[in-house]
Amino acid sequence: MFDRLFDSALLLSVVRATIPILLAAMGGLICERAGVFQISLEGTMLVGAFTAVSMSYVSGNAYVGVLCGMAAGVATSSLLAVGHVSRKGDPIVIGIAINLLAVGLTGFLLPQFFDLRGVFRDPAIVGLSTYALPGLSRIPVIGSALFQLTLPGYCAFLLVPLIWVLLFRTPVGLRLRGVGENAPAAQTRGVPVTTYQYAAVLISGALAGLAGAQLALGNVVQFSENMSAGRGWIAVVAVLLGQAHPLGVLAAAMLFGLAEGLGFRLQGNGLAVQITDALPWVVTLIALFIARKRFIRLLDLTGRAA
Amino acid sequence: MTEGAIELELRGITKQYPGVLANDAISMTVRSGEIHAIVGENGAGKSTLMSILFGLVAPDDGEILVRGERVQFKSALDAIASGLGMVHQAFQLFPTMTVADNVVYGHEPRRGWFIDRASSVRQVGDLAKSYGLGIDPSARIEHLRVGALQRVEILKALYRDARVLILDEPTAVLTPQERDGLFEVLRRLRADGRTILFITHKLNEVMAISDRVTVLRRGRVVHEVATSDTSPAELSIAMTGRSVDTSRRRAEHAVGASLLEVSHLRVDDADGIRRVDDVSLTVHEGEIVGVAGVTGSGQAELIEAIMGLRPVTDGTITLQGEDVVHLDLRGRRDAGLAYVPEDRHRVGSAALASTSQNLFMAYQWQRRFQRRGWLNRRAVERHARELIDTYDIKVAGPDQKVAELSGGNLQKVVVARELAHDAPVLIAEQPTRGVDVGASEFIHGQLVAHRDAGRGVLLVSAELWEILALSTTIFVMFDGRLVAQLDPHETDDVEIGLYMTGANEQQRVHT
Repeated sequence: MFDRLFDSALLLSVVRATIPILLAAMGGLICERAGVFQISLEGTMLVGAFTAVSMSYVSGNAYVGVLCGMAAGVATSSLLAVGHVSRKGDPIVIGIAINLLAVGLTGFLLPQFFDLRGVFRDPAIVGLSTYALPGLSRIPVIGSALFQLTLPGYCAFLLVPLIWVLLFRTPVGLRLRGVGENAPAAQTRGVPVTTYQYAAVLISGALAGLAGAQLALGNVVQFSENMSAGRGWIAVVAVLLGQAHPLGVLAAAMLFGLAEGLGFRLQGNGLAVQITDALPWVVTLIALFIARKRFIRLLDLTGRAA
Repeated sequence: MTEGAIELELRGITKQYPGVLANDAISMTVRSGEIHAIVGENGAGKSTLMSILFGLVAPDDGEILVRGERVQFKSALDAIASGLGMVHQAFQLFPTMTVADNVVYGHEPRRGWFIDRASSVRQVGDLAKSYGLGIDPSARIEHLRVGALQRVEILKALYRDARVLILDEPTAVLTPQERDGLFEVLRRLRADGRTILFITHKLNEVMAISDRVTVLRRGRVVHEVATSDTSPAELSIAMTGRSVDTSRRRAEHAVGASLLEVSHLRVDDADGIRRVDDVSLTVHEGEIVGVAGVTGSGQAELIEAIMGLRPVTDGTITLQGEDVVHLDLRGRRDAGLAYVPEDRHRVGSAALASTSQNLFMAYQWQRRFQRRGWLNRRAVERHARELIDTYDIKVAGPDQKVAELSGGNLQKVVVARELAHDAPVLIAEQPTRGVDVGASEFIHGQLVAHRDAGRGVLLVSAELWEILALSTTIFVMFDGRLVAQLDPHETDDVEIGLYMTGANEQQRVHT
């Protein structure tokens, strides 16, 4: 059975499932390091997906869609930046509000703009093309899965080392981590805490928007209501499980990608769809249980005493 | 270094908070290359003055001159730029980072886009070596002891080339040996021409280290004098406005029957680590048993185990002959234990509850506070008024929330509540930490009165003078064990300090 379960098609679906989670989680990671608990990734991603599809449809260019999706993500996350960083509102309350708003808003705008409900699928929506890396993409089994991705896909995996270098090798990264660990101490060293936290939140918005664009123009070429389907929440868990470390978060995102890919495959093998859909969440629960101590510590770090 | 050049001058600094004039036209002069102590009781305005000096709080009036130039600090950054450095009581560090990263944070040496780690480690290491700070620049902050953290704070100021170093109650967290080490560092800094402002309320330290002293009382400068021209008694009178009895009150006293007996007590924490190891001690009638030790040596776990807040792994605890290990907290209180916990804010009181509620909390099931199964509000209030009176607690009334009380008054509320029921044994944990001289003297008086009434006290304190002044027997705790039993007449803080740090060890102590 296992040889039928694990093959390059499975790897491809795992990688595709991982990318949006990874993009959003990298944004969440930056926020976590800056001491902002970012749980609005889900809603931000959905807004990004909707905007990307709409603008691709209007402009006929997938990258216009992607850029607009990222911009919409930035706009969405600015609610968190203003509400939490500037106005000191509770990040969890604001995050949940953003997530609820995103579902309602996209569900409302879909019929307003396109005169339809549920799913928006149209030949005029231009999807993202994939680019094969010469040579590498010909490696058997893993080549087509890993080296034939969309630009946001490559971007997701490139971000892992980039963010690692940023965080642990540059002055900006050191300061960002200091802001998250002890904001008053950072402030007295002349580091503008608010600026860093704003930047972190807005970048996470851009990345969650990009995740949405990849989801709606890369993984599929359509927008359907609530299509983020919990991936933003899983990204939040990936940040905590990966201990806000780029490599840890990559591993966590791939674990969830594996669960989703496996679920998809098992569904093809005749398992009930309700069970396979639940698989990523079962993994999430197990992960939360394993990481509960760390989870509490991180919540503590971001000022949410558990 | 030009002897006598003026480094820092304050003129008429005034700060009004709602209801309190924290600083009232404070003027003082600090000369280059001196160690200048600022002393005063809690609430005398020391902290406010330092916050103003470091740019954290804006004064309502007055001016600051640094080396003759008028400055206006909008934030701590301006103060740092003017050559001031501050070592706060609560350290401002990043626990998961290394010492070097903490020190260079905000002004990192760079190589292109990156931090030049090699250079920062070298610079910080050199700096530490040249002042004898003995710190490994690559160590992680979370792995360092409190004394080392303080030296990291000093390094931070030196890295920014601070000419004036402000230390806020720097010895509160140190063992006597660490304190001596700190003084050595301060002397080196002085020899290097730097100026040190040393805030404290410990007069022996003022005498030991400072060149000049400024005394604050109720927001005003009441005394400024060269240390060699004054005495602790004179400073104490200046601080409090009255003469304080700091002599030892260890009246010789008949010791009676045993009250609390702890025998071969072992306590393991949730991770299976032994926090209390084979501890045996007895508190008799008319006795104050002092337990000295560096914070974190197992005293907290010992007390929690005695009170029933933490499971006992092995050993027995008996109170007046009755085994209490199987009893819960309430059962042990009923059996005769009273408890003044270390953390008066989070454990000892309920911040948002009123003073009267805090004064009868934990005793609410007593019949005197009830009427037909309901709380008798009148009895509660009468009880509160009595205690507020007896203990001279400064509150607007029984309904005032304790969150609004000063540290000393809140501690009086806790002590009053615990002593009001004449429990045979009182367990007092750091009963005067962060409490001003007046209140602390009062609380000591209450402990002594409790003892004189033939009851027992188990006193845990990190303040050696407190242990020495009150105890009839002294135990020293180190690494979960009682490593010494000492007679207060025949020991001193140096000897206790050696036991506290594990440098000395008697044979296992059993009583």
